[in-house]
Amino acid sequence: MIDNHILAPILVQLFTAIIQLAFWRKTLTQRYLSVGGSLIGLMVAFRLFGRVHESGILTMNAANWDAPFGIVFVADLLSVTLVLLTSIACFAVSIFSSVGLSRQRMLYGYFPIFHFLIMGLHGAFLTGDIFNLYVFFEVIIISSFVLMTLGGRKAQLEGAVKYMAMNILASMFFLTGIGILYGITGSLNMADLSIRIQEVQNTALVGITACFFIIGFGIKSAVFPLYYWLPSSYHTPPSAVAATFGGLLTKVGIYAMLRVFSLIFVPDEFTRTLLMVIAVLTILTGAFGALIKTNIRRLFSYLIVCHIGFMVGGIAMFSKVALMGAVFYLIHDIMVKTNMFLVAGVIRQLGGTMDMNKLGGLYRDYPKISLLIALVLFSLVGIPPLSGFWPKIFLFQEAFNQHQYFYVAALIIGSFVTLYVIANMWAQVFWKNPPASEELENRFAPMPPYKKILMVLPIGLMTLVTLYIGLNAEAIVNVTDIISTQLMDPSAYIDAVLGNKTD
Amino acid sequence: MELLLILILGLLFAGGVYLILRRSMVKLLLGIILWGNGANILIFVLGKITKGSPPVIDEAYKVFQDIYADPIPQALILTAIVISFGLTSFAIVLLKRVYALVDSDDLDDLNTPEEEDI
Repeated sequence: MIDNHILAPILVQLFTAIIQLAFWRKTLTQRYLSVGGSLIGLMVAFRLFGRVHESGILTMNAANWDAPFGIVFVADLLSVTLVLLTSIACFAVSIFSSVGLSRQRMLYGYFPIFHFLIMGLHGAFLTGDIFNLYVFFEVIIISSFVLMTLGGRKAQLEGAVKYMAMNILASMFFLTGIGILYGITGSLNMADLSIRIQEVQNTALVGITACFFIIGFGIKSAVFPLYYWLPSSYHTPPSAVAATFGGLLTKVGIYAMLRVFSLIFVPDEFTRTLLMVIAVLTILTGAFGALIKTNIRRLFSYLIVCHIGFMVGGIAMFSKVALMGAVFYLIHDIMVKTNMFLVAGVIRQLGGTMDMNKLGGLYRDYPKISLLIALVLFSLVGIPPLSGFWPKIFLFQEAFNQHQYFYVAALIIGSFVTLYVIANMWAQVFWKNPPASEELENRFAPMPPYKKILMVLPIGLMTLVTLYIGLNAEAIVNVTDIISTQLMDPSAYIDAVLGNKTD
Repeated sequence: MELLLILILGLLFAGGVYLILRRSMVKLLLGIILWGNGANILIFVLGKITKGSPPVIDEAYKVFQDIYADPIPQALILTAIVISFGLTSFAIVLLKRVYALVDSDDLDDLNTPEEEDI
């Protein structure tokens, strides 16, 4: 079904950013515009989600060029779910950054760039053209470079060099893959590619092309041998930026993997084994890395890597149940990881540092905020009724069905280590008496009350969403059920894109 | 012509990989640039090079009768060049800044211990 409303989330972000550019250096106006724009974006995303949930896949042909020739935008349930989650995260981060960011950074255009980044994310989720996906990836990374370096501290710039080099490299791999794919099929439309790739005789070449995509998306989503840029850069930018990166950027890689491997390179035995090995090693290295870190954000960075492995494992098993697990975990992960980095920002304000050894006694001083943070951490660990628990059931079930015992072991180790490091962090940051030797500055206490509220509000908002995901899991399972059915059988997607001629 | 392009693109990729594996920041940047150009030429070669047959359909027909020069790879390369231009210029500024701060061209020196600020 043709529907031009698909572009609305992208356009809202684009215009928010452009209008903000007109108010350069007027940070107060930019803050209002940013929160307002994000709110409108959220409402638009809700509406789009409702429409797609009701009436099935929507498409939009750019400039009315018919599907395989022009660029097509496709909103299937996976895309709109991710757009919706991104919009929620964008709204929360935008409120948080309006108080949690230094004025200096806002003066150099934090807000417009932030909205360009979100625009890139929406675009990447909604496009149905693989080269257009590349272009939106570039929009994302160039915005993220600027956000990462904004402020120009030494540690930040050093982290940015690693981040930049690896991400440009990932784009090069992706571009090379697209080049070969175009050479062997003569198409760039993903639905069209899905049909044409089956007619290619030279399966070895298809396999090699798939490897280019695995490497490209693997760097983006930080899987095992390619992840090291993430822990060495994500702890440097301001918390609001780290929240956007940690919650959303690696997940675009997972989204692209889900899309490309369900639609174009349907995983064969080799790809599945490769992805499974990557998944197991990613979980283990992420978990062991998290064990030895004392800086809260470095610890969270390793947990990102660890949990990416869960989702890659779901893709590797490639069955309906496994994909349900992977997609559910993706939904849970976007909310919780964004929230965790916001929490890290609040802890930094409360205690003056992010080093667990120097922190302590936050529960005594701020019991309400601590309990809110506890809910976030419980969801992350996956204490039964909360959101981290449900996707693991699907992953375990399918892993036993397919006799993937290494993955089962990795899942258990990964979950257990997550529990251990979070419990350790809780004990160190909230329960332990603060070390007497050092006097750290509490930046939270002297803030005016409205700022305090604005700082905690986004965390509360995202926690509510997480609680909804956990406590109303049946609704989410229904959505993931439809999504994984669409992923396993792409004929509905292909029909929606190629079937409707506008003449 | 194709053979020449293939040799050049092999050379660019090889040079790019070699330079990226060095520890110097400037060589990293040059490696990325070479690799990007290699990818562009790869797209160009895979678009099947044809000489002297523009993609214009003769008035008498509705579809192409003969093999024609595919315009899409050129559009793709153009987009990729513009993007890589932007990325490269950002990278140059960033690396220059880092060089001024760290006073070293060696990627192994980029390990300043934790510095506390929001």
